[in-house]
Amino acid sequence: MSDDRSLFEYLLRLADSDLILAQRLGEWVGHGPVLEEDIATTNVGLDLLGQSRLWFAYAGEVEARFNDGSGRSEDELAFLRDAGEFRNLMLVEQPNGNYADTMARQFYFDVWHELLLRGLAESTDARIAEIASKALKEVRYHGDRSADWVIRLGDGTDESHRKMQAAIDGLWMYTGEMFDVDAVDLALIDGGIACDARALAAPWRQRVDAVLDEATLRLPTDVWMQGSNGRGGKQGVHTEHIGPMLAQMQWLQRAYPGARW
Amino acid sequence: MSAVRAATQSRPTMDAIWAALAAIPDPEIPVISLVELGIVREVSWRGDELVVTLTPTYSGCPATQVIAADVAAALVDAGIVGARIETRLSPAWTTDWIAPAAKTRLAEYGIAPPGTRAGVQVIDIGGLTRREPRAPVPCPRCGSRRTRELSRFGSTPCKAQHRCDDCLEPFDYFKPH
Repeated sequence: MSDDRSLFEYLLRLADSDLILAQRLGEWVGHGPVLEEDIATTNVGLDLLGQSRLWFAYAGEVEARFNDGSGRSEDELAFLRDAGEFRNLMLVEQPNGNYADTMARQFYFDVWHELLLRGLAESTDARIAEIASKALKEVRYHGDRSADWVIRLGDGTDESHRKMQAAIDGLWMYTGEMFDVDAVDLALIDGGIACDARALAAPWRQRVDAVLDEATLRLPTDVWMQGSNGRGGKQGVHTEHIGPMLAQMQWLQRAYPGARW
Repeated sequence: MSAVRAATQSRPTMDAIWAALAAIPDPEIPVISLVELGIVREVSWRGDELVVTLTPTYSGCPATQVIAADVAAALVDAGIVGARIETRLSPAWTTDWIAPAAKTRLAEYGIAPPGTRAGVQVIDIGGLTRREPRAPVPCPRCGSRRTRELSRFGSTPCKAQHRCDDCLEPFDYFKPH
């Protein structure tokens, strides 16, 4: 795989995890537990949607370099690919569930996302570095909030504790692939373009442990990590949840190609 | 007279262009201008084309497209048709770029202005405990410091919701970013 093809794949992974999580968070519009949370959760989604657009725009430009000058637009990449072509982490496509499920998913992702963007802010690819630096400021704020909710619900009532623990347990198996690298990553790590995700595992675990300790929660042990056989979301292998979600997200462009308003 | 010379002679001055930009209100917070918000990073001529460089506040801020359209319209009013509007991400926008006078006007408008965050680049995420309460944000209506955060986010991506425990009014806080 050429460097540009690897870079394109890598950018899709960044864009897709942002987009898919933004879409999931958008499902809370009008359904938040209280108005303030409805607004907060969807604002986080809005930040992620904006970040995904920056990654998609760059991915399209890179695609043009190895595809005879023809690269797909942000909209084409978002709305006209099928599930197997999406490169997001399986974690972010998991259903919203209850608010503890949504916050546990957000917390696992935010801690990883902040570490990743800190690494990418130092990328030798100037475009990646500037997008990451911009996104990092927003994502730090996301991480503060999701950690607050994990603590508040974990160290809350018996019922909120039980639900938060169930959420932490249920999503744990999807966290492993955040730290796996494959040929796409390896092609870009040596040149300092990509962030070596393997190096994020220890600081991620340290932060997660500290928050869960505060929240009186515990991590499960001996769980098979989904995707650890090299066949996970980053390679286009997804859980059953992504299909219905894409159907909802993409139906308008599929039914009325090129529709604008 | 060549067309190029004609265009050059009829060019508004840089001061006039900045004045035109400084008159454009932020679409969501109309008491401050785009220039005061700190998002107009550069204005320059590239040959006969005027290039206005903007930086977004938040990546997903829906006002970004409205702002670009407002800038183009204001430039047409100033006699410049077909200006190029470019986006620059780096250095990333910070609320430290908001003009001091604009911060005062934000407070008068009912939005608590952001505190400074210059120099704050890296937060140590190594040893989290339950976070210290943040310094209280003064109520923009009564000035009380007995206020609290209701939500980390508000009506736009750049704001949070707070409430005053003295006058009981809820208010927006422009988040330091």
